[in-house]
Amino acid sequence: MSAATRLLFSVPAGPLSGATGRAMSSEQPMRMNISKLNFFYGEKQVLFDISLGVTSARLTALIGPSGCGKSTLLRTLNRMHETIRNARLDGEITLDGESIFVQDVTQFRRRIGMVFQKPNPFPKSIFDNVAYGPRINGTSRPLSELVEASLRRAALWDEVKDQLHKSAYELSGGQQQRLCIARALAVEPEVLLLDEPCSALDPISTAKIEELLVQLKSSCTIVIVTHNMQQAARVSDFTAFLLNGSLIEFSPTPQLFTTPVDSRTEAYITGRFG
Amino acid sequence: MMTSRRNPRLLWRKSLSAVMLSLTGVCAVVAVSVLFLILGYLVLHGGRSVNWDFFTKLPAPVGELGGGMANAILGSAKLLALASLIGVPIGLLGGVYLAEFGGRGAGFIVRYAADLLNGTPSIVIGIFAYALLVLPFKHFSTFSGAFALGIMMVPITLRSTEEFLRAVPLNLREGALALGASKSRAILTVVLPAAYRGILTAVLLALARVAGETAPLLFTAFSNRFWSPGWNQPTASLPVMIYTYAVSPYDDWHRQAWAAGLLLLGLVLVINVVARLVLLRGAAGRRS
Repeated sequence: MSAATRLLFSVPAGPLSGATGRAMSSEQPMRMNISKLNFFYGEKQVLFDISLGVTSARLTALIGPSGCGKSTLLRTLNRMHETIRNARLDGEITLDGESIFVQDVTQFRRRIGMVFQKPNPFPKSIFDNVAYGPRINGTSRPLSELVEASLRRAALWDEVKDQLHKSAYELSGGQQQRLCIARALAVEPEVLLLDEPCSALDPISTAKIEELLVQLKSSCTIVIVTHNMQQAARVSDFTAFLLNGSLIEFSPTPQLFTTPVDSRTEAYITGRFG
Repeated sequence: MMTSRRNPRLLWRKSLSAVMLSLTGVCAVVAVSVLFLILGYLVLHGGRSVNWDFFTKLPAPVGELGGGMANAILGSAKLLALASLIGVPIGLLGGVYLAEFGGRGAGFIVRYAADLLNGTPSIVIGIFAYALLVLPFKHFSTFSGAFALGIMMVPITLRSTEEFLRAVPLNLREGALALGASKSRAILTVVLPAAYRGILTAVLLALARVAGETAPLLFTAFSNRFWSPGWNQPTASLPVMIYTYAVSPYDDWHRQAWAAGLLLLGLVLVINVVARLVLLRGAAGRRS
């Protein structure tokens, strides 16, 4: 399987780029590489021999039915699985060619931002939420400048600039989720992970966040988990389809959605299950 | 309709329902009225003795009318303050351990021990403090009384801290960890602030609980007719004063005991109301 995905991956995506107007060059360097990843909760294996690469400055989507292991896979990318007792992993994940498991975990997590399924602002002011990461990690830039820049990048600045000292809980769900994105961006991560960031949001907030992601990917490598196939088709450059813990297919997004190689992928994207 | 109204079974069920309903109502009224009866009794008997002298003067010598309980009021305040200094940090950190670090084995033991300590009769805790801090120094002291009260505060603070920390959503912790916070940093900067209102409420309720304790003070802080000269000397306190005055043969002392009871009840009431307000404001803030 892993050989097959690598092969798929290296297929030049030339004709596909026209379809969405995105440059789909596969010459972009790899940011992260997952190879032969197996993952267990206790005795139960939930990921089987997964290998895939995350391309720099591109948006990679992980799709699949509930329980297929896509969130688990995402959480291994910033070692968040280590907070769970009984979780065990073998295989290798690298960031810029260096194994992520040999680094100090807190140092490492600063380089990987994460946004969760449910907006999880801290019970602090809007400003303090965004400033949280820079404060604990230290920053050379003035805090207020960094907070403003992060809120602008998350397309939230205009809505909150006059109420930075209000509680983050006073924002709407969609604003809270963008605040969480701003909070993650304030640490200036190299990779941004998003775990179904729109599943708790209304369509308008979802559209805003999708638009934001498309803007962000020029400056940040993004991996997003979604069970909304339309969302994956709209925003991502590469899509990985997972089923029962195995990677079934991984290709440039237009290719996966128009000419899937595996019959199971086709069955899923045409809505026959999941 | 007519037939069912004449149905004897239905009639029986309806009258039984009416009887039971009034019975539960009466019991509810009795439960509440006990509190108001006590309050009314305290006001009736002690209300007149709650005056300026009561708050500012030392107890009058035996046989003289008047005097106050200023030393007992200050003594109770000192005892409660020192008890909090002893009990709250231990309870708080223990609660953090249970909620954030405690494994199954150690966590179970700590939790179970705390529950047992919570059920330990207060006089036993008094004897413990007596053996530990009074006997070796050969005199009663404010410190030993505060130690006994502090021990009583530990399990209440510990268990409620644990509960309130557990109620903090997991995704807040994960959010902090994902930003590169260490576990201790996440607890200190995100989890504890998210739970502080609940913890503060628990501390206030623990304080209210021990404020009226008499037994642990009888042979630790003992009592004092005068200002307590220091932390290592015996001190008067409201509950012990109530006990001493209530069993005395003097009418004036009885009145003052009622007044002290009124003051103590008022204090507990105020603490409870404040605790509830703290919690309510927290809940309101989180909803919006």
